Amino acid sequence: MSQFSSTYALIRKDVHSELRTRYALNALLMFVVTAVATILFALRSDQPTSSVLSGLYWVVVFFTAMSGLSRTFVSEEERGTTMTLQLIASPSTVYFAKLLFNTALTFSMTIAVTILYMTVFSNSFVIKTFSIFAGTVILGSLGFAAASTIIAAIVAKANTRGTLYPVLSFPILIVLLMTVMGATTKALDGEEFATALPDFQILIGYFLAMTGGSYLLFEYVWKD
Amino acid sequence: MTLTVDKVAKEFNRRSIFRDVSFSLSQGQSLAITGRNGSGKSTLIKVIAGLLSATRGTVAYTVDGNSLNVEDLRYHIGLVSPYLQLYDEFSGSENLELLSKIRSDLGSDSKRIQEVLEAVGLWERRSDYVRTYSSGMKQRLKYAFAVLHRPSLLLLDEPTSNLDQNGITMVAQVVAEQNRSGILIVATNDADEAAWCSSSIELGLP
Amino acid sequence: MYGRTRMTFVKYGSILLITFVLFAGIAIPLSPSPQNWLQFPVIPGLEEKARNILYHVPIAWTTVVAFLVSTFYGFRYLKTRNIDYDIKSVSSAGLGFMFCFLATVTGALWAKFNWGSFWNWDPRETSIFVLLLIYGAYFALRSALETEEKRATLSAVYSMIAGITVPFFIFVMPRIMSGLHPGAKGDAEGSGPVVQMKMSPNMLVLFLLGLLGFTLLYVWLLNLRVRIARIEYERSIHHD
Repeated sequence: MSQFSSTYALIRKDVHSELRTRYALNALLMFVVTAVATILFALRSDQPTSSVLSGLYWVVVFFTAMSGLSRTFVSEEERGTTMTLQLIASPSTVYFAKLLFNTALTFSMTIAVTILYMTVFSNSFVIKTFSIFAGTVILGSLGFAAASTIIAAIVAKANTRGTLYPVLSFPILIVLLMTVMGATTKALDGEEFATALPDFQILIGYFLAMTGGSYLLFEYVWKD
Repeated sequence: MTLTVDKVAKEFNRRSIFRDVSFSLSQGQSLAITGRNGSGKSTLIKVIAGLLSATRGTVAYTVDGNSLNVEDLRYHIGLVSPYLQLYDEFSGSENLELLSKIRSDLGSDSKRIQEVLEAVGLWERRSDYVRTYSSGMKQRLKYAFAVLHRPSLLLLDEPTSNLDQNGITMVAQVVAEQNRSGILIVATNDADEAAWCSSSIELGLP
Repeated sequence: MYGRTRMTFVKYGSILLITFVLFAGIAIPLSPSPQNWLQFPVIPGLEEKARNILYHVPIAWTTVVAFLVSTFYGFRYLKTRNIDYDIKSVSSAGLGFMFCFLATVTGALWAKFNWGSFWNWDPRETSIFVLLLIYGAYFALRSALETEEKRATLSAVYSMIAGITVPFFIFVMPRIMSGLHPGAKGDAEGSGPVVQMKMSPNMLVLFLLGLLGFTLLYVWLLNLRVRIARIEYERSIHHD
């Protein structure tokens, strides 16, 4: 189906472009490392509790996302290629391509933060219930990407892009953040998988609602 | 294809850019849009290309007697404009490949890409990154991109900007070809360029 | 928007109701077993502080209504591109912002007297805070957009996206997390005096009157704001 091949082609374009310039990956990686280092300096040898660690985990993910995920749309706008895309691709192609790209980006961020935390907080960041953690990270990344993508599209059309992105995203993401933080705490505490089921229900619902809503509204944002 | 523009008007912030623009074009016909700077020529081109919505009025396209969805417009339209940019981290030929895949126009294989690159005189530089291109070369690449899929409707905004004499000759050939097989619209202040078209309208008249 | 006589009803109705509720709410004394219409029951845990129900809840209710109205008009704008809908949308949002701020403040005061501290991040408190942030973000977005069409379109889209999250944090979170507000998971009393109708009939009547009064106040203020905005808008065109 030509919709799939268009979307795939646009994702390929974004990935190749990223590999060539390495702009976003470098910036995001540096951000994660700096953030974790700062936390480490603040804590010294204190071993934080599971809820604090879980909070810190998602705080780093959130701010890294805020510094990187808007690029998918803002870079097109800045280089003037938005018009090119508007000319050759349908809005749904653009939406899904950017969404999937952002999902992959978010997922890589969570992996990076996980690895760093496991190294740096080796005594306290011990994932006792892996199934909860895996589910939270996957569903959380999906939800994060879904919300961030539509907001990125909105912000790309505005003037003061830098600070506007976190201001618009944070209220939308609070539900997600609270849920994933709670679930991650459960994973660190070694709770049963079943205790996290209500959280997963919320995450799935959030992802579906966000993606569905964004898909319907995207055309209004994208087309002038 | 038939293009029908009916009483189209565009306003930004309640300021009118143009109003009451109407015309109709079919295969083999061409139109020059003239007017002083700031009269809204580029804006009108964008509206016809489906990139901007009109404040009032309609733009309708029919292909083979059936009216065309805005969704499918991209297969039938080509645009050269100072506002249109290509990806400078990719080479000339890569741009054409990637963009045609995103558009998923099935006719643009590597043979066709070679054909257009040779026609615009960029074949030797096809593997160089676009950021190394001069502004004239970028303009030529825009032409390659615009005619790649043999569009029924070709829109040219400032057709010869950044081009040398060779480039202008190339454009004249493109124009002649389009006049044979499709619809051509040119937005320009230059009388020679306007002369390529069989009819013209002027914007910015009070 | 409304005929003259209808707005007169709204205006005087809201003044009357709110004044009445204000006085009656404070004046009527509490008694352990209310005998007649001039006495309120004692609600365990709240006692005198229960009077706040008559003000805080209607205000919180109104801010949610204002948000829904604003989002609805935003949706109408997207469908029709008629700038009048955007005027209504932003006017309602401005009122909602004000009511939200008042709800947060009355809530924080109540929390201080009831539970000891001004803010505790229980789900309902968090929800009103999130709504405040949404309103703030809405206006920040609008100020960053220059073209009137873009401003109207994008703020409509944003309020709809934010609207999608509203059911989540209003209904889902309090069920799952325990909190201080009545109706949260850990509350032994159940869903609280409002939902469970622990209020005696006279208190209930007063509460509903207050609800009506504040809603009418919102309608009146919205009407005023929209009319002013429309005049300003017409003026700005003719100045060109």
